[in-house]
Amino acid sequence: MTSTFLGLPTVAATDTEHLRGEPFPVAARRALADGQLRANLGRATRTIRAKRQAVVDEVDDWQELREAGRALKAATMARLDEHLEQLEAAVTARGGTVHWARDAAEANAVVTELVRATGSDEVVKVKSMATQEIGLNEALASAGIAALETDLAELIVQLGNDRPSHILVPAIHRNRAEIREIFRREMPGVDPDLTDDPRQLAMAARRFLRSKFLSARVAVSGANFAVAETGTLAVVESEGNGRMCLTLPQTLITVMGIEKLVPAWQDLEVFLQLLPRSSTGERMNPYTSMWTGVTPGDGPQDVHLVLLDNGRTATLADEVGREALHCIRCSACLNVCPVYERVGGHAYGSVYPGPIGAVLSPQLTGVEQNATLPYASSLCGACLDVCPVKIDIPSLLVHLRAQHVEQHRATHRLPSPEAVTMAAAGWVMGDERRFAAAQRAGGAGRLLGGRRGVIATLPPPLAGWTSSRDLPAPPAESFRAWWRRTRGEVS
Amino acid sequence: MTSGGVTARDEVLGRVRAALGELRGTLPGVPRSYHGAGAGPVDLDLLVDRLRDYHALVRTNGDGHTVAGLLADAVRERGARSFVVPAGVPPAWLEALGSGVLVDDGTLTPVDLDAVDGVVTGCALAIAETGTIVLDASADQGRRLLSLVPDYHLCVVREEDVVATVPDAVARLDPTRPLTWISGPSATSDIELERVEGVHGPRTLEVILVPAAADPRPPSTPGQSSEAPVQS
Ligand code: SF4
Repeated sequence: MTSTFLGLPTVAATDTEHLRGEPFPVAARRALADGQLRANLGRATRTIRAKRQAVVDEVDDWQELREAGRALKAATMARLDEHLEQLEAAVTARGGTVHWARDAAEANAVVTELVRATGSDEVVKVKSMATQEIGLNEALASAGIAALETDLAELIVQLGNDRPSHILVPAIHRNRAEIREIFRREMPGVDPDLTDDPRQLAMAARRFLRSKFLSARVAVSGANFAVAETGTLAVVESEGNGRMCLTLPQTLITVMGIEKLVPAWQDLEVFLQLLPRSSTGERMNPYTSMWTGVTPGDGPQDVHLVLLDNGRTATLADEVGREALHCIRCSACLNVCPVYERVGGHAYGSVYPGPIGAVLSPQLTGVEQNATLPYASSLCGACLDVCPVKIDIPSLLVHLRAQHVEQHRATHRLPSPEAVTMAAAGWVMGDERRFAAAQRAGGAGRLLGGRRGVIATLPPPLAGWTSSRDLPAPPAESFRAWWRRTRGEVS
Repeated sequence: MTSGGVTARDEVLGRVRAALGELRGTLPGVPRSYHGAGAGPVDLDLLVDRLRDYHALVRTNGDGHTVAGLLADAVRERGARSFVVPAGVPPAWLEALGSGVLVDDGTLTPVDLDAVDGVVTGCALAIAETGTIVLDASADQGRRLLSLVPDYHLCVVREEDVVATVPDAVARLDPTRPLTWISGPSATSDIELERVEGVHGPRTLEVILVPAAADPRPPSTPGQSSEAPVQS
């Protein structure tokens, strides 16, 4: 049975609507012109960085936890097929139903069918990257089913007819005055005297959503973790909307990427320490819910799990690139990224923004579909330093750039500007003396030694991108040194 | 779903195997050199600190109060009139809560619970390092919705059920039970990163921390509902 399918090619995601946008340099230039956006982003990312640093410093075995997290994810991937089968068996044995989806369209069809079978034309949703990736809300809408986002930020985004711009704080680009306007305009029954006090705004959302929770019959969720050994799913959250969705409705449909597994129950002892401290900068997030199939008499009695590929197996096939699948979506790399801080999430054109998005999105879609994203970074290395599972994003970016250059060379007779730069770098690095000279001269952080001993070049890939930065790379100082000096808080 | 006779399941698993190729199954070692379960002593003061740091209210039995006395104090100070409790709470709790207590018989709906001021539960354990309490739906905790819908959650933690760290908690919990990890009241930081407490869960979390001796319970099997009568 196993060998029958060994020859199957892995397939990148075909419906890429939510994983790619216009070229990064174009979107970035527009974002950079938006002063309000930059002020919101700067304030928000500064706040989270400080909070994260404080709670990480409290943990004296943080580096050991990161190393365990990295190794656990590598071990998960090495036997992903077995772990998936184990998960399926465990969930099924406890009364849940497992579905598989090759791509976005198939996952949407499965969920739509499941909702239809309940007779409900409304679902409540708890924030889930996977369902954003597949465009589930739009698919449900076209089947006449209304999907209501219940995470406060997602609600702000949904009511504002907007797109999320941060993994964890999707409305990070909106300030309180803008949010008040959105609520006053779009929230049914809202108090017209609503002020822009965050507490008042949150209470308006509480009132609006409570009646929905109390009557909801179907919920759709993602999952932060799934334990292969036990069939346990976990959702980590703050507001309690997750608990409402996971507890009150009769039917619960969870959509999860196949990479979200951990092998054993014990492994959660690592990730439940790494994730909250890295993401919201808390010792523990307010609520974590865990469920294993159906519990008679408690919570949803009709429980489904949809396992989604959508380009993940294609990513897994790249021995270097597969590391991107280790991501636990904490968003720490976004918050420390100097590029993200200036352009925001929308410029990346994908539901996965920031440094991790720049390596994950092009792999899910195939790099030729997302060619500019691997260049959306200065390779300063701050993302690797904070990543709780030690994903070497800078090396992955360089790897993808090389892939893009290769593919470009294969399809074009004339070398692209990147190929020329890469070739020049090859000439410089092919000779020890030339390289040493270049290192002395190239103070602007243009040459870096990667973790794998690869010396990579940072070609100024696109004139549009460099010209839109108001921070010319200082010649006498590496970007990293500049970052340390001016921000002083890279961990 | 099938296409061309191959199910999505078989195709996805086939793709995974193809992607892994020869490396499939080579198991990298996992270094567990972090502090695992049983690495350190339990610090009750740390638990109290961490609970308060995340704005939970905490009562301890410094004056040798019993759990019943502390419950009565909490309820009086809160001014809450109606409470719900799971079916398996000790009789002493019921007495302390007075006449407005609703005992969950498994039929209360979310709408019923929305009309109740508060809920009183026990817990499976508490984690000192993170200020977390964990419910596992045992008889003194009940169905998950009980501790979710009412606006005030009063939780009795027995000192014997406090563990030091997250690994200690994971080692003690049974993953096949529905688990709810609670650290402070619900909160959001979605608006300009400003923390607002009490979005959808209970807006107030109060913890009563007592030694087991101050919380006498009749012998019963955990997970089994007791026959507490429904009062209202
Ligand atoms: S790549 Fe690492 S730091 Fe970035 S979101 Fe994923 S886990 Fe967090």
